[in-house]
Amino acid sequence: MNTVVVVDYGSGNLHSACKALERAGSDVAGEVTVRLSSDPEEVLKADRVVLPGVGAFADCRRGLDAVPGLTQALTELVQEKGRPFFGICVGMQLLASRGLEYETTAGLDWISGDVAPIRPADPSLKIPHMGWNDLTQLRPHPLLDNLLGSDSSRDAYFVHSYALSAARPEDVVATTDYGGPIAAFVARDNVAGSQFHPEKSQGFGLALLSNFIRWRP
Amino acid sequence: MLKVRIIPCLDVKDGRVVKGVKFVDLVDAGDPVEAARAYDAAGADELCFLDITASHEDRSTLLDVVQRTAEACFTPLTVGGGVRTVEDIRRLLLAGADKVSINTAAVNNRQFVREAAEKFGDQCIVVAIDAKRVSPEGAPPRWEIFTHGGRRETGIDAIDFAREVVSLGAGELLVTSMDRDGTRAGYDLPLMKAISSAVSAPVIASGGVGSLDDLVNGVTEGGVSAVLAASIFHFGTYTVSEAKAHMAAAGIPVRMV
Repeated sequence: MNTVVVVDYGSGNLHSACKALERAGSDVAGEVTVRLSSDPEEVLKADRVVLPGVGAFADCRRGLDAVPGLTQALTELVQEKGRPFFGICVGMQLLASRGLEYETTAGLDWISGDVAPIRPADPSLKIPHMGWNDLTQLRPHPLLDNLLGSDSSRDAYFVHSYALSAARPEDVVATTDYGGPIAAFVARDNVAGSQFHPEKSQGFGLALLSNFIRWRP
Repeated sequence: MLKVRIIPCLDVKDGRVVKGVKFVDLVDAGDPVEAARAYDAAGADELCFLDITASHEDRSTLLDVVQRTAEACFTPLTVGGGVRTVEDIRRLLLAGADKVSINTAAVNNRQFVREAAEKFGDQCIVVAIDAKRVSPEGAPPRWEIFTHGGRRETGIDAIDFAREVVSLGAGELLVTSMDRDGTRAGYDLPLMKAISSAVSAPVIASGGVGSLDDLVNGVTEGGVSAVLAASIFHFGTYTVSEAKAHMAAAGIPVRMV
């Protein structure tokens, strides 16, 4: 049994994240169960955890904190038990030390860095960065390795106005270019996250989620 | 490099596609979920549902369509039509919509845009602008916002309105020319250019596409980030991949599938 818990903390987009994981799980050997939960007990029993996120950083953080024991359960599962963790979009941004959207908000601080507004070098580029953009892989990672092909670029779907600026360059696995490099995929030990939406990136995204379900960091 | 998006739009009424989608392989041309799945497989970069159900007392039909689409398609989905409250937006997002488009509610109350953006983030709030040219022939162009399918004038300048809603948090604008809608005469390019150069947010062009060159012109002359079309795709005049090949040949970055 391989249980994936999608953390339900009042952020949108949970339905599509769950459905994409179920579809991705059907490509993985063994029984995969995807469960939506905000119960810390349930989170602690998970084999792996996905933190989706749509919306504003501060609002998502408040949503996490509104469930007693949830942040502690995630921290115990990921930091002490070493279970695989995947954050999507704002769920990935919450890995940072701080978010600077509307107000300064503390993140989980598992990937050192700040989440700040995107400021493209070319002022004619629109904000949000919205649509399909290609990834450049900077270092190997089990979630991406067999996906990006020989030209090491592949389109993924992005929708965001803020981006994670990692304090340690080695935490950034892949970037995308939008008037300068933007952290598209970050990882450290058993923690990974994507700024893009794998659940909205068609076949590429589903393959990435299958890799996450198989991941044994 | 960020790609220009091609977005087929489906008008949905009481849970059914209005007029149907004439695809060869569709068993039920009136089922929005089946049409969405076909466009997803054809390489559409996003999908858009516009709910034109007259009564909004029962939204559960639309929510069910959105939910079933999100189960079948792993492609971004924008849903609009009759969105009036923060609770409307929350329900659509929870059902699986990625972006929600606000039209009349933003015209009636600009602060609703701010409230929605602060709650859900700029990136999922699209403001739909239905504009009609009001300046006489030969005079410098001026457009105003119209509501109720172009029947009700508001006296609000479209460019000023676009700037205002983006400053309040709209993450994207869906600009429809009410003069061109349904004419197949091409987008209103001066309107698209005027709005896309006035705001920092991406603009989706809508209304009037009759040929693949119209899509190209929307990008090269209108300066938009995405092109929306309905009938040229629904009637099978062109496929999404033909549209992409045509745009790529014109030097526009598109996602090839």
